[in-house]
Amino acid sequence: MDFELLLVILVDGLVYSSYLFLVAVGLTVIFGVQKVLNVTHGAFYAFGAYLTAYLIGLWAKGGLPDAGGFFLIFISAAILGVVLGVIIERGLLRFLYDRDEHIAVLATFAAFLVLEDVILLIWGTDPYLAFQPMSLLGSSEIAGLVFDNYSLTMIVLTFVVAFVLWYGLNRTQFGKILLAVIFDREVSMAMGINVTKVFLITFIIGTFLGALGGAYHAPIISVQPGIGVEVIVLAFAVVVIGGMGSIPGALIGAIVVGISRAAAVHLFPEVELFVIYGIMALVLIFRPEGLFAPIKARKI
Amino acid sequence: MNRLFDKTFWGLTIGLVGLLALNFFLEEWMRSIGLQSLSRGCVAIGLLILWRTGLVSFGHALFFGFGAYTVAMMQILGVNDLFVLLICGMATAGFLAFFLGFLLRKYRAIFFALLNMAFSMILYGVLAKAEWLGSTDGFGVKQVSFIGMTPADDMYRPLLFVCAAFFAYISAVGAHWYLKSTLGMMTMAVRENEIRVEYLGYSAEKAIHVKYVLSGLLAGVGGVIMAVTVGHVDPDSMVYWPVSGDFVFITILAGTGNVGATFIGALVYELLRTYAFEFAPHLWQLILGGSLLLIIMFLPDGLWSIRSELRNRRELRQAKRDSDNRAAEVRR
Repeated sequence: MDFELLLVILVDGLVYSSYLFLVAVGLTVIFGVQKVLNVTHGAFYAFGAYLTAYLIGLWAKGGLPDAGGFFLIFISAAILGVVLGVIIERGLLRFLYDRDEHIAVLATFAAFLVLEDVILLIWGTDPYLAFQPMSLLGSSEIAGLVFDNYSLTMIVLTFVVAFVLWYGLNRTQFGKILLAVIFDREVSMAMGINVTKVFLITFIIGTFLGALGGAYHAPIISVQPGIGVEVIVLAFAVVVIGGMGSIPGALIGAIVVGISRAAAVHLFPEVELFVIYGIMALVLIFRPEGLFAPIKARKI
Repeated sequence: MNRLFDKTFWGLTIGLVGLLALNFFLEEWMRSIGLQSLSRGCVAIGLLILWRTGLVSFGHALFFGFGAYTVAMMQILGVNDLFVLLICGMATAGFLAFFLGFLLRKYRAIFFALLNMAFSMILYGVLAKAEWLGSTDGFGVKQVSFIGMTPADDMYRPLLFVCAAFFAYISAVGAHWYLKSTLGMMTMAVRENEIRVEYLGYSAEKAIHVKYVLSGLLAGVGGVIMAVTVGHVDPDSMVYWPVSGDFVFITILAGTGNVGATFIGALVYELLRTYAFEFAPHLWQLILGGSLLLIIMFLPDGLWSIRSELRNRRELRQAKRDSDNRAAEVRR
C-alpha cells in the first residue's frame, strides 16, 4: 500500500467521520440525559436536509448571493430544533420516561414513521438539490484525488461542535446541572432543579444537532425520501461503538467507523456495507458498554 | 380440559378449522393477506417468547431472511418440496440462532436489541453486496411441490394456504405449551429478578438460550412461508432493519398476553398496511406509525387487553360512583 492511498483513505475517512459525528452526537446527548434511544433522530436529519435544500433552492431562485446558503443551514437547523424538539419532547417523550426503555424505542420508531410521511406530505417524492454552497467553495486536489472544499469544512464544523459541547458540559452552570440530572434525576429534583426544563432544553439541543447534521449534509447529497432510514442505523452503530451517552465516545466511534469504511471502500469495496456493523458487533461482544462509557454497577 | 388442552389450545384449533373452512371462499388477494399474516405471525410469536423475559430483538429479520434465502438457495440446488424446504429453513435459522445464542444469552435490555440489529445488518450488507447471493435484486422463488405432488394451477394457492395454516398452528400450539412448561414459566421469573432465579439453582442464561433458539426457528418458519408466498426474496424487504421493526410492531399491537392474539395482531397489521397503501399511498407509514403510537399510549398490553381494560374502567367508574354516593350520604 502506498502513501498516497493512505492519505486518500485518511481524508476520505475523516470527512465521512465528521458526517457521522454530526449525526450521532445529538443521539448520544439525548440518550445520555433522557436514557431514550431516539429513533426519530433519523427524521430530524431528514427534516434538516429537506428544509435546507428547499430554502437554498428558493434563495438561489431569488438571485441572492450563494454565501447565504451557510446562513440558511444554521437557521433551518435552529428552527427545526425548537419546533420538532418541543413537539416530540412535550408531545411524546415525556410520557415515556417512566416506561421500559424498549417501549420508548418503539414509540420513537412509530413517531419516526409518522415524520417520514410528514416529510413526503410537505416536500413530495422528488429529490431536491442544493449544490450552491458546495460549488461556491470550489475543490482542491489531495494526492491526485479531487476533494470538494465543502466536505473539508465539515471536519472543522465537527471540531467546533465537539468543543462547544465539551465546554458547555464542563465549564458552564447548565452543564453542571445537566451532570447532576444525569447522575440522579430524583435527587436533583429534590435539590430544586427544574428537571422538566432541563430535559426539554437538552432535547432541543439534540434535535438541533440532528437537523444540523442533515442541513450541513444537504448540499453534498441528493435529498430524497429514505435518507433518514439509512442514517439512523449508522448513528446507532457509531453511538454503540463509542459508548451510549458519551460525547468523546461519539467522536471516537465516528472516527473508527469513518476511517474503516473509507479503507473498505478503497481497498475491499465489496465489504463496504457491513464493515460498520461488523465493528459494531465486535464492540458489543468484547465491550458492550462501548469504548468510552463507564461501567455501571448492576442493581440487585 | 387438562393442563395441555386448555382454552388457548381449543381457541387455536377452532381458529385453524375456521381458516381451513374460509379457504374455500377466499378471494386470491385475501388469501395473500392471510398467508403474509401467518408468516409474520410466526415471527411475532418468536418475539413474544423473548418478550416474556423482557428481551426485545430489533434484528429478527436476520432469521426471517435466513429462512427465506434458504428457500431460494435450495431451489437453486434443485430441492423444491415445501416440507423439505421448511425443514431446511428451520434448520439453518435454528442453527444460526443456536450459535449466536451462546453470545446473545449474556446480553440484556437495549444491548440485546442492538446486537441483534447489528447481526441482521451484517447479513443485509453481505446479501446486498454479494453477486452470487443475488445482490439487491434477490432471487425469484418458483412454485413448490407438496410431498412430491404438484397440484393444478388453481389449486396451488389454496393448498399452500392449508399448509401455512398448519405450520402456523403447530408453531403456535408448540409455543403455547412451551410457555406453560416449567422452563417457559421460569423465564418470567428471569424477567423479574435474574439473580434470585440463579440462587434457586436454575440457569437464567440457559433458559434464555432456549428461548432464543425457539424464536429463531419460528422466524425461520415465517421466512419460508413468506418466500413461497411472495415468490421472491431480496435483502430490502426481508432483512433490512425496518422489517425487524415491523415484527416488533406486531408483537406490541397484539400484546404479549396470548399466542393466539399474535395472529390477530399480524392480520390487523397486514390489513392496515394493505388498505393504507391502497387508499393513501403516501400516508401508509403515517397511519401505521400513528396506530402504533396510539396502542403504546392507550393500550400498553396490546389489542388482547381491550376486554380487561374495559372491565377495569367500568369497575373504576363503579367504585368512584360508590364513593361519591357515600360522600354525599356523609354530608347529609
